[in-house]
Amino acid sequence: MAQAQPLVPQLDRTALISAEKTRYARRQLTNTIASGLMFFLTAVSVSVLFIILAYIFINGISTLFPVVDGHLTFNLDFFIKPPESNLDGTTGGGVAQAILGTIEILIVAGIIAVPLGVGAAIYLSEYGTGFLVNTLNFTIDLLAGLPSVVVGLFVLAAFIGNLALIKIFPHFAGLAGSFALIIVMVPIIARSVEQILRLVPDSLREAGLALGMPKWRVILQIVLPTVAGGITTGIMLSLARAAGETAPVLLTILGQQFISTDLLQPMDALPIRIYKYATTGQPDLIPKAWAGTMVLVIVIALFSIAVRYVTGRNRYDA
Amino acid sequence: MTLSAVPKVATHEAHATHERTAARLTVNHLSAYYGSSLAVGDVTIEFEPNKITALIGPSGCGKSTLIRCLNRMHEVIRNARAEGEVILEGENIYSPDADPVRLRRRIGMVFQKPNPFPTMSIFDNVIAGLKLNAGTHRGVDYGAIVENSLRQAALWDEVKDKLKQSGASLSGGQQQRLCIARALAVEPEVLLLDEPCSALDPIATLKIEELLQQLVEKYTLIMVTHNMQQAARCSEKTAFMLADEKRVGRLVEYSQTSEIFTRPKDKRTEDYISGRFG
Repeated sequence: MAQAQPLVPQLDRTALISAEKTRYARRQLTNTIASGLMFFLTAVSVSVLFIILAYIFINGISTLFPVVDGHLTFNLDFFIKPPESNLDGTTGGGVAQAILGTIEILIVAGIIAVPLGVGAAIYLSEYGTGFLVNTLNFTIDLLAGLPSVVVGLFVLAAFIGNLALIKIFPHFAGLAGSFALIIVMVPIIARSVEQILRLVPDSLREAGLALGMPKWRVILQIVLPTVAGGITTGIMLSLARAAGETAPVLLTILGQQFISTDLLQPMDALPIRIYKYATTGQPDLIPKAWAGTMVLVIVIALFSIAVRYVTGRNRYDA
Repeated sequence: MTLSAVPKVATHEAHATHERTAARLTVNHLSAYYGSSLAVGDVTIEFEPNKITALIGPSGCGKSTLIRCLNRMHEVIRNARAEGEVILEGENIYSPDADPVRLRRRIGMVFQKPNPFPTMSIFDNVIAGLKLNAGTHRGVDYGAIVENSLRQAALWDEVKDKLKQSGASLSGGQQQRLCIARALAVEPEVLLLDEPCSALDPIATLKIEELLQQLVEKYTLIMVTHNMQQAARCSEKTAFMLADEKRVGRLVEYSQTSEIFTRPKDKRTEDYISGRFG
């Protein structure tokens, strides 16, 4: 054994080290280029958002904070008054009826869409099995992917006016808008809540069941509280999405120049007001469209921030 | 499913009126399936009251599946089912009119990984099984139940000043004892422990083992363990399971722990306990 061959053949170590150094330098260069490219692509995608936001703010800020006699003022009328026509032909007031309308329609839609969506999510995640769940999931995906104009048209054709399939509303009405937004919201809530429920470890459900709790109590009192934050996220996201939907409300609630809180009458909503101001061609209404956009964007941003805040504190949330 | 040949003796209501005692659990020809694949085949075994019975065997031998069949937790898994009889004090828990929810209050379970309810305080964790059962709970002294259960689980002194804190704030070993206290609060007759110490360090393990020696005076304890030393240390009887060539878990040998570890009758048991495989 004394003259045994070395297991590793003797190699030129210096050459090996120098070759490895070259390879290392090349790897570093590739890495730098690749990560630089990824950063650039990310920056491009994100910058679009910032460009849009900046553009909205530049155009909207002068309406919300007009400079009167050299002083910066706050245009409270924009928030608390409906559109007004002044004697000199200019327009005053703002979007109060649209803000009220959006809030009212969203609340009604939410009251119905949240239990529907959460209920569907609970069924899909906790009870359903096999083929049925796959079919239902596919249906929900289709529903979520439905163009929102189709939703608006459907509610219009099915429920509004004398030619409707089931005549619920004689004319455009706020409640019809809620109907349309329910169709928009339910698949979003169902999908996001189902995903969140699937994150709850089975060990928690088993702990409850092994204590002799009925399954429904395990779901209601163990599973749901554990992901309360995540469920709130799903609901908030669906509300933010619904708040910005234009076509479904335009085709169902028509729009309204005056403050009206009657859900059976035509109502206004922020996206409708923006759409109408932006398309009238009247020069002094364009800034109001920008200001309305700014309000809408801020509202949706607040929703998202609230979502972040809520989810930041929970363990099993997405 | 095999119908019970044993007449139903006591309803749950009748049971609730007399003093809780440790129960005898008899398993007759039990087979457990996941979908169409047989995981545990034809096990017949009797667990005696006021004894710790250890279930040992290598990974995949079906010991966890078997123990989960004893309180019908096996069927909670999708497509899983069991056939055969498990007789708890004369009642077949697999008879068609047996209610698994009620049964699980009589046969408690502690899992491998401590799983306290993360949204609940220590106090609420202990009474969760009582509070979240159907029925009214007027006049129940939860404070006394919590103290009693935590004392039984040897956790009271460590947590009595922080009962309002989250159960998740405790250490792993404390969490596991909290889970034991939670199971005891429901006043079960049998306590199933599925590798209760495998996620714990040696000191926490020792505490749980000491605890089991106290609990055995009041309960029937059945413990799955991966650890042969643990089985030898704490159990009175030991069952050795092994998967056959078709990967179906079978009961190989069941007798006094001292017998199993000193004079195993089966060659496979001897090979396993002497460390030749597993």
